[in-house]
Amino acid sequence: MTGAGELLDLSLTELSTALGARRVSSREATEAALARVDATDARVGAFLAVAADRARARADAADERAARGARLGPLDGVPLAVKDLFLTRGVATTAGSRILEGFTPPYDAAVVERLEAAGAVIVGKLNMDEFAMGSSNENSAFKPCRNPWDLARTPGGSSGGSAAALAARQAFGTLGTDTGGSIREPAAFCGVVGLKPTYGRVSRYGVVAFASSLDQPGPLGRTVSDAAALLQVIAGRDERDMTSSSRPVDDYGAALEAGARGLTVGVPRAWLAEGVEEGVARRVKEALATYERLGAKLVDVELPHTKYGIAAYYLIAPAEASSNLARYDGVRFGLRRAGAGGLKGMYAATRDAGFGAEPKRRIMLGTYALSAGYYDAYYLRAQKVRTLLRRDFERAFERCDVIAGPVTPTVAFRLGEKVSDPLAMYLQDVFTVTCNLAALPGLSVPCGLHAEEKLPVGLQLIGRPFDEATLLRAARALEREQGPLPAPGALEARG
Amino acid sequence: MPVSDFEVVMGLEVHAQLLTQSKIFCGCSTAFGGEPNAHTCPVCLGLPGVLPSLNRKVVEFAVRAGLALGCEVKRKSVWARKNYFYPDLPKGYQISQYELPVCEGGGVPITVDGKDRVVRLIRIHMEEDAGKNVHGVSADGGSGVDLNRAGVPLCEIVSAPDLFSIDEAIEYLKSLRAILMYLGVNDGNLEEGSFRCDANVSVRRRGEEKLGQRCEIKNMNSFRFLRQAVEYEVRRQVEVIEAGGKVEQETRLFDPARGETRAMRSKEEAHDYRYFPEPDLPPLVIDDALIEEVRRTLPELPHDRAARYQRALGLSAHDAQLLTAERSVAEFFDAALAAYGAGPDGAKRLANWMNGDVARLANETGLAPAVWKLTPEKLAALQRLVDAGTVGGPGAKLALEAVFREGGEPAEVVKARGLAQVSDEGAVEAAADAVLARSAAEVERYRGGNKKLMGFFVGQVMKEMKGKGNPAVVNAVLKRKLGD
Amino acid sequence: MSLSLDEVRRIAVLARLELSPEEEQLFQGQLSAVLDYVAQLNELDVSGVEPMTHALAEATPLRPDEVRPSLPPEEAVRAAPAREGTFFKVPRIIE
Repeated sequence: MTGAGELLDLSLTELSTALGARRVSSREATEAALARVDATDARVGAFLAVAADRARARADAADERAARGARLGPLDGVPLAVKDLFLTRGVATTAGSRILEGFTPPYDAAVVERLEAAGAVIVGKLNMDEFAMGSSNENSAFKPCRNPWDLARTPGGSSGGSAAALAARQAFGTLGTDTGGSIREPAAFCGVVGLKPTYGRVSRYGVVAFASSLDQPGPLGRTVSDAAALLQVIAGRDERDMTSSSRPVDDYGAALEAGARGLTVGVPRAWLAEGVEEGVARRVKEALATYERLGAKLVDVELPHTKYGIAAYYLIAPAEASSNLARYDGVRFGLRRAGAGGLKGMYAATRDAGFGAEPKRRIMLGTYALSAGYYDAYYLRAQKVRTLLRRDFERAFERCDVIAGPVTPTVAFRLGEKVSDPLAMYLQDVFTVTCNLAALPGLSVPCGLHAEEKLPVGLQLIGRPFDEATLLRAARALEREQGPLPAPGALEARG
Repeated sequence: MPVSDFEVVMGLEVHAQLLTQSKIFCGCSTAFGGEPNAHTCPVCLGLPGVLPSLNRKVVEFAVRAGLALGCEVKRKSVWARKNYFYPDLPKGYQISQYELPVCEGGGVPITVDGKDRVVRLIRIHMEEDAGKNVHGVSADGGSGVDLNRAGVPLCEIVSAPDLFSIDEAIEYLKSLRAILMYLGVNDGNLEEGSFRCDANVSVRRRGEEKLGQRCEIKNMNSFRFLRQAVEYEVRRQVEVIEAGGKVEQETRLFDPARGETRAMRSKEEAHDYRYFPEPDLPPLVIDDALIEEVRRTLPELPHDRAARYQRALGLSAHDAQLLTAERSVAEFFDAALAAYGAGPDGAKRLANWMNGDVARLANETGLAPAVWKLTPEKLAALQRLVDAGTVGGPGAKLALEAVFREGGEPAEVVKARGLAQVSDEGAVEAAADAVLARSAAEVERYRGGNKKLMGFFVGQVMKEMKGKGNPAVVNAVLKRKLGD
Repeated sequence: MSLSLDEVRRIAVLARLELSPEEEQLFQGQLSAVLDYVAQLNELDVSGVEPMTHALAEATPLRPDEVRPSLPPEEAVRAAPAREGTFFKVPRIIE
């Protein structure tokens, strides 16, 4: 029997093996995770809701299956947690917003259905920026989330809880969503692996929508193999999502260990030229050198339009969001506030009380960008720039298999540092928005600690459409070579 | 200047509910009625996280309508969001089509004052219906929202401003409605709101080419209300112009209680719907295979069928139009004609039945051909009895009514009810003798040259025989007895 | 500034947001800054470029016309802030 501390240090893959060999039970693993949440989450703030009894019941069921030799697969009995914008039937789902406070959905998101059909034990819902709008989790309407590497710093956002919970050893795998970097950036800040699949690889049914042509659910894990195992279960066509691809799902484990030899890695030099903090750039360059050492070939690629990515993103995403958030009107669910002036007053008072500043800002921006007289100049133009961006990548992928670069310009910044300057916050996404705009898969894999700050740095890998397998393979090659990161030190108490 | 110095120009927008089983973007039933919110699911309730899933039959029906109306069916069309806030619109936007609709062009054939014309269409697109707001559901004055209708599939059919009188507008609607019902894509029910019409109405002085400012009129759920509404609106616009004012572009609701139109409170300030392509639905690709499949199953349309009845069967335009107004009636007629086979004037005789007694009985009972006890074979059989002289005109009418109401075979009904025509010369002679015996004065006048009195004698003999005399035999007998 | 206060108010009405005077000022400044930033898109020549309005290039299968079970009406209105029977209840709507 492993001690709880050692148990929680296991990767998802290692735990799964142990569960299969019945060296540990799902109930033990679940209790350990719940205890860890109890002991640490007051300081981390990764969880908005914990569904302990439900989790225990599911853990027991998993153990019963294991006893019969009828495990459902690698995820059976593994304690996971999901970002609070995945709808979970019977469990409160807020999307980090007061406008959904107390909302208990009557249905499960497709990815939740798949995880639970695979036997996973969902222990709770994770903290996030409100409606996935943010890069630091500071826009959560309920409480901030803190980086387990340094509790005075952000874990990133908007899937802050999804990354922090992993780093804090509160769960063995998590799901987040990524619209402009919301999986990759927190993964980089918290030293874990985060993957944004190709748009259409994973169903968006049951995911509270932010920007419909950019959102994609994806896995976070402490290792590449963990992320691959989660992706394997959630990927695939869902007839309820007409933007989910019919393309068959690859076996993500098949070539995972194939190594970097033979891969051509494209490097957009402009990305490292300026705007990236020196310590971050150093770790990224070292990772590139490692790839060369491992037998990969490096080539320079030009992505001339990526510098316009933020501008395009901050027109398209708010525009779609302004429409997606119109349903939060107090009529059928969620918060309702009476206002002066009957129905219209009710709408305005409800949305004023229910939405935080960032959703309001983006709704305003998006409404403007779509409004009569401005549509062509803003929204339409941004969608054309999107095409130009996509073409940049298509050209680059004629010469390489993956593109590598930084995830973020800096390591995790301090809480409160950027909240008063929205534009400064938006510019955090400069390297990550390109993937969402071009509809490409991207991941963040840790590539060491910042020499001075001692905080995690992430390497971003971007792939061809539906080529998550190559991304995972390349990430695994780096991970195998450099070894694991040390555990974050900020949380002393171990459950 | 009086109203008659102005002419009206109208364009009509018809919203036709498509007769699919399930809604356009989810599997909820489209059945009418039901407890509030009994036909809803997370998708049509607009709950967080839901996505639209497009019903294939909606696309087939739209293509069907487009082909039947001679439109260009677009191989690629795009869904769009129309954004506005209203309680019956759960997502805060309606999924519709905007810049790239599924069909463009085409036309609706109409016949007014005996003249054929095709009213041009601008476009056809697909969209989802909104739910219903119901006033005064609660004691505190609150309104209720019922989303059963939210997500029901609609085709919006937009005509060009190509209608120049209310009569034309009504003919247009009748023709379009008949076509859609023929296709089986719509049930033509104005009262239940499955066939709705909004009118764009403007006026201009006669002879002017430029169009006047139009207003949109909504909430006319019968042809009678449409007529009232447009008449009122034309008068109103003319008055405004005559008084030196300008007609404002607005949306006006027809108030049936008052027979007036009045300006609506706008649903969306400045009508800024912020249309953009719907990211949750890929562009709709319609391939040749689908178009051919739909084209193959198109029925003969009312206008073409009416033309064929005139051309091939020699029916009058009037008869043809009546027969083809409803597909099920025309098909009944076709089947009766087939059962009747070759025979003198078969089409004309059967048409007379259909447009006369059968139509009367159908209207009275409100029944559709599918449930009539009268079958095409029985109608043909009845006409054959008439041809054979077994039953006369009046007897046949009675027989028809009996069969329609209660069923049974015409020959048996005639027998059972004693409706048979009497052709027996002996019986006719007896009646004729009786009549002639008491009509000596008329006999004399007849023999004196007033041949028109034959009608009188025939009538009297018929009366004597309770209408069952075979007219030919009666005539022959009378002529003989009167010495012709 | 790129946005006037009047425009801020107009947008707020379109979006059904009730902003306080402080919020109006704050958003005016912040949104203007963002709009100034995004104006750099005007540097690009986009003539003849198709907008990328859909992120998935596939045409995905359509759904067959089959009725699936609806939510029971009680369940449909369970989360409603206000209801009357199985209606959602809202303040009186004036047409």
